[in-house]
Amino acid sequence: MWVYEKKLQYPVRVSKCDPRMARYLIEQYGGADGELAAALRYLNQRYTIPDKVIGLLTDIGTEEFAHLEMIATMVYKLTKDATVEQLKEAGLGDHYANHDKALFYNNAAGVPWTAAYIQAKGDPIADLYEDIAAEEKARATYQWLIDMTDDVDLQDSLKFLREREVVHSQRFREAVEILKAEQGKKTFY
Amino acid sequence: MSEQYRVYAPFIGPFDPCPPIKLKYYSTPPQLFLGFQPQNLPQFSPYEALAKGTLWPALFSPYEPKNS
Repeated sequence: MWVYEKKLQYPVRVSKCDPRMARYLIEQYGGADGELAAALRYLNQRYTIPDKVIGLLTDIGTEEFAHLEMIATMVYKLTKDATVEQLKEAGLGDHYANHDKALFYNNAAGVPWTAAYIQAKGDPIADLYEDIAAEEKARATYQWLIDMTDDVDLQDSLKFLREREVVHSQRFREAVEILKAEQGKKTFY
Repeated sequence: MSEQYRVYAPFIGPFDPCPPIKLKYYSTPPQLFLGFQPQNLPQFSPYEALAKGTLWPALFSPYEPKNS
């Protein structure tokens, strides 16, 4: 069960009218390494992972939904007041033809999200290593998004999200250490 | 840019069509090196932690856009 708090995890301010940036940001919405993929991956893997790390996957999976909301807010702000002509100029003509101004789970190239992006192998080490890789790929995606805008307010929110990927990766790496230490009882940390 | 990156000099061919980028950079953020996080690390103030996205300076990874 979830309790919803009607506010964003971190404020999202967009200062530059730049509908094209929405097209790029959608990569983190419905892309392979995006927040939707991350949330669904962790919240599904947690059922078949050792008890000690279930809570971690629940917490991080939940936080990914908070990030998804932030990305959605950015995309919405960048597109809600755009004319059809502006959307076409921004490379969002294809999107408009299919979705009007509705958000949709697709990547920056318009490829719809698919469950094939995520895996639940049932092997705890395999799953956690996928999770670490997912966090690093999402971190890299945020870097390229930060590179692609000169809106300092948008950059600020994206930098926060990138830092959260760093912290999540750290926690997944620690989860691997916990599972490694279980058997031999080597408490070297 | 912070120290959390590495640099390399890619091969530049004599017949490359475009002006070369002589140095290339990639991120090496702190989670690659920390191992299991030690207890009682120094912390940011609560306000600073909320703004930065982490409670611990040891996990803070600044990033500046490449074209700035």
